[in-house]
Amino acid sequence: MVLAIVFTLIKILIIVVCVLTGVAYMTYAERKVIGHMQVRLGPVHTGPMGLLQPLADGLKLMSKEDMTPDMVDKPVFYVAPFLGMVPGIAAFAVIPFAPNIVVADINVGVLYVLALSSVGVYGIIMSGWASNSKYATLGSLRSSAQIISYETAMGLSILGPVLLAGSLNLKEITEAQRGLWFFIPQFVAFVIYSISAVAETNRAPFDLPEAETELVAGFHVEYSGMRFAMFFLGEYANMYVVSSMCAILFLGGYTGPLLPPLVWFLIKMLAFMFFFLWLRATLPRLRFDQLMNLGWKVLIPIALANLLITSIVVYAIRN
Amino acid sequence: MINNNISEVITVNMGPQHPSTHGVLRLVVDIDGETIVNVEPDVGFLHRGTEKLAENRTYHQVIPLTDRLDYLSPLSNNLAYCLAVEKFFDVKIPERAEYLRVILAEMARVASHLVWVATHALDIGAMTVFLYAFREREEILDMFEVGTGQRMTSSWIRIGGIRADMPEDFFVRLKSFTDKFDSCVDLYENLLTNNRIWKMRTIGIGHLSDEDVQAYGTSGPLMRGSGIDFDLRRDEPYGIYDRFKWEIPVEEAGDTYARYKVRMKEMREANKILQQALEQIPATGEVMTDDPRVALPAHEDVYERMEALIRRFYIVSKGFKAPKGETYQGIEAPKGELGFYLVSEGEERPYRMKIRAPSYVNLGALNKMAQGHMLADLVAIVGTNDVVLGEIDR
Repeated sequence: MVLAIVFTLIKILIIVVCVLTGVAYMTYAERKVIGHMQVRLGPVHTGPMGLLQPLADGLKLMSKEDMTPDMVDKPVFYVAPFLGMVPGIAAFAVIPFAPNIVVADINVGVLYVLALSSVGVYGIIMSGWASNSKYATLGSLRSSAQIISYETAMGLSILGPVLLAGSLNLKEITEAQRGLWFFIPQFVAFVIYSISAVAETNRAPFDLPEAETELVAGFHVEYSGMRFAMFFLGEYANMYVVSSMCAILFLGGYTGPLLPPLVWFLIKMLAFMFFFLWLRATLPRLRFDQLMNLGWKVLIPIALANLLITSIVVYAIRN
Repeated sequence: MINNNISEVITVNMGPQHPSTHGVLRLVVDIDGETIVNVEPDVGFLHRGTEKLAENRTYHQVIPLTDRLDYLSPLSNNLAYCLAVEKFFDVKIPERAEYLRVILAEMARVASHLVWVATHALDIGAMTVFLYAFREREEILDMFEVGTGQRMTSSWIRIGGIRADMPEDFFVRLKSFTDKFDSCVDLYENLLTNNRIWKMRTIGIGHLSDEDVQAYGTSGPLMRGSGIDFDLRRDEPYGIYDRFKWEIPVEEAGDTYARYKVRMKEMREANKILQQALEQIPATGEVMTDDPRVALPAHEDVYERMEALIRRFYIVSKGFKAPKGETYQGIEAPKGELGFYLVSEGEERPYRMKIRAPSYVNLGALNKMAQGHMLADLVAIVGTNDVVLGEIDR
């Protein structure tokens, strides 16, 4: 018993360390990839090829003054960054990186991830509200508008693969794709998921809550130092989560020929991460009413139709 | 329209330190939710008193002041000012200088529009266009450096001509630039023109009808984007613009997208003018007039003749006198009609200089354009207004 707990704790520790390192290097990858897309180099000075840049950034953010403006709602202001970061990391508990690398192989894995990603949004809303600043409030208002527009579509699109696999367990969903990856039969759901995943993580072209050119920095305008960094850690951890979910739900997770399962998983996840960066380099930003239009008038009806057809087909095949 | 009983109007301060107000523009925005009720531009943070300073400078000494107006196209400002002073004297400009003026002014137009497309796209979130456009602008600035020694505040156009001829390298670079520039504009258009999100963000935003344009006096792309076919280069010609064949882009819609298309087309047309000017420019020739009223006497004369020496000394130390009277010269600057109004009392310095700055007049229409749109659209509208604060605050 004790051994099992210790063993689990070690697994958690390893995964958290990996995730945080991954997050740190994602910022590096983002700057490099977008840099090369934009005919420039990205970081080159800190370490060989700028590889120590994330370390320098971390040190800088940690050594910065942690400022709390006078008028903020203090308890909420302090809690918000944690709410922004913790769910992103906690979601990794159920992600099967390989057949035997998973912390908690629970039956409702899909629901668990969805629930946690929704909690993350509260961090944004609370930070904007507690900051007592107009720009931050506008940012968090936009965020609320965003949640109600994409979350439904996202949930509906995930139901497609869940129906095909007949399980909410992420490992079983992965195993169900041994023959055929779900993005072929569920292509519509795959597209809807990809769009909502970008909205979920507040990334371009849906980066409205922090829209730099409009709201300066949006919800985290009043934060500094490590608290500010926590929002960023949360954002990038979230990107990893939705990318992993995409890999698991539509791209067959760790399944694949020749290479070890973990490598397959990482390839698929990073490919989707690359897609995020590519979007950011290419597309202008939507307005939040346009995002809501897209969510309610386009994505949800299509997702519903897809769900209906999938259920009929699944029912017909099973009987 | 807005019912204050159920909705709450809050006032947001945008700027002067805000990433997308293009300098030190301050906007006091009243918003209801995210809908703009009223926008009030607050200008003056960059006021340097250019007009007043000019009253204590000789006519030549004013030229560097004009660089600092629209600092994205300093050569257009030089040109407008010099043309206004030349009107006092009716100077004949040498042929080669006329061509070089056109070349420099059109290069300034391209450079200014490149900054516009870069920042406008960046404001709306398309970050990559920014870096692509700045890459080409960098080449133009390098050419300015080769030709005039300065990248931005070049002060190269003089009353009666230009400061000196350009080195051969300048023409070689310009030739290769004009050859490839069309494909660069294609690249930007590829990223934006048919991009659905770009269209959603710009079509129908910041509408100005042709009556509005006439009421507010907006000029340049803010006028041609609303269906008014007017361009000072063609309709009140100055310099030698009548020798080139180019089109004046006009769009009817009057929204941000229409103005975007006008400016993109203008870059291509400016490139056409540059190509024609490069072909037609006489291979050699003077670049400064020999009119003794405004030009320094030739060096050989100064060494040999007492009168020339005295004249040179006089112009350098005290300046030349302009006849009594007043002039106005407007040119089609990248932002619109840039005009210099000069009053002379017959002294070496202008009695009064008034600058008609296009950005300042165009900014006046901001409230009209922004009302009823959302806060997110305000940055698009400021971007399409293409303001430069150096010119607004003077």
